[in-house]
Amino acid sequence: MLRDMEPADIAGGAFKEARLTYFDGASRIVRYTDVEVPFPEGRLIVSCTDVPGMITQANKAFVDMSGYSKEELIGAPHYILRHPDMPRAAFKGLWDTLARGEKWTGYVKNLRKDGAYYWVFATVIGNVRKGNLVGYTSVRRKPSRTKIDECAKLYPTLFAPGEREAYSP
Amino acid sequence: MTHTFTVSPDFPPARISGWFIFNTWLQRRLEAAIHLELYDDFVRQRADIAAGKIDLIYANPYDAALLVREKGFVPVARPRDKADEAIIAVPAASAVQHVEDLRPGARIASTDDPDVRTMGMIMIEPADLSAANTAAVACGNYVLVAKALLSGTADAGFFLKQSFEELSEVTRRQLRQIVESHIYVVHHALMAGPRLAPRRDEIRDALLGMDQDAKGRDILANLGLAGWDELDEEATEFMIDLMDTLT
Ligand SMILES: Cc1cc2nc3c(=O)[nH]c(=O)nc-3n(C[C@H](O)[C@H](O)[C@H](O)COP(=O)(O)O)c2cc1C
Repeated sequence: MLRDMEPADIAGGAFKEARLTYFDGASRIVRYTDVEVPFPEGRLIVSCTDVPGMITQANKAFVDMSGYSKEELIGAPHYILRHPDMPRAAFKGLWDTLARGEKWTGYVKNLRKDGAYYWVFATVIGNVRKGNLVGYTSVRRKPSRTKIDECAKLYPTLFAPGEREAYSP
Repeated sequence: MTHTFTVSPDFPPARISGWFIFNTWLQRRLEAAIHLELYDDFVRQRADIAAGKIDLIYANPYDAALLVREKGFVPVARPRDKADEAIIAVPAASAVQHVEDLRPGARIASTDDPDVRTMGMIMIEPADLSAANTAAVACGNYVLVAKALLSGTADAGFFLKQSFEELSEVTRRQLRQIVESHIYVVHHALMAGPRLAPRRDEIRDALLGMDQDAKGRDILANLGLAGWDELDEEATEFMIDLMDTLT
């Protein structure tokens, strides 16, 4: 179970607060700022999960960009990065696509441990070994500014009625 | 029975003799007849892989999926400390400072190396560029990619990092790198096909021991390799999944 994000961990003073409730019923208070961290040039941010979505592997770019230590990440649910500006519908699309055995791609705004955010263009695929699904791999690359701007406009319109209001801490 | 060994066609021309010497060494070590078949291009090589003619291959990471998942190859070894990374370079005097300065219609020079092309195309995405809105300038090797930039027939070029670094000093001074990949986990792999798979561990032992004697080290040096490390199935599957997310 994830702990609430602590004000002391938030970089740069003023922050907003939200209470997020996750697919497994867990919930926590997240604190977030308007600080954007640019995607590192030439890198891929890579992580793997087990079938339910717990992180099993994360590369250095993932660790650096998320702000969490590797120890904090391994075994944590991948929703540790969920940002309150990401509508549920986006992740429903992800899980529905994976359930069909297909590759998912999309633009995601991620929440860092220090409350800042970073945009990625993500691809998620199932890891099939000897015919069995054993987990998922996600590889994120640098999105174009045009695409980020489009998503920053589009995503607020994808929240279901009442979805955002339920965030109030 | 003679086996057939082949090498990903992206090897630098200067290494041809090195691969023949490696093949002679391997035949002695395995006491097997192995014929080295080299190809100028990936299309012809893939046709022979598809036809089941290949028994051993030093493969481009892009082809790992085809080899392992469709043709039953088993991974044996990978070159030590040697990942494939890509560089995008422009003429030194170009106004382009960042990838984002490249515009639709940009002429992009590259070889047919599939992994470098894949990484290069990914690195131009932040400029909203893709194969659909750029013009490809096809080149036979990286020296020709450099020439295309210097002669003004291309605006940007994709290079394998190692090949960029091996360009002559004079050429390199007239080029400027604008971005370099740091992916670390994409690399070539030596793989055995179904007929040699039963001897996989024996081949691995021979390769891993290569840097133990002066002769082996000589052969490695001629290939530009420091040695071999074992490559297991899961590491290969991971790389295949990763390449799959990029293509
Ligand atoms: C391999 C993989 C990678 C994921 N990466 C992210 C990510 O970077 N950011 C994120 O918010 N959700 C990511 N998710 C989705 C989360 O598991 C989760 O569904 C999402 O954060 C929404 O939370 P919820 O399902 O609890 O509503 C990933 C899922 C998988 C399988």
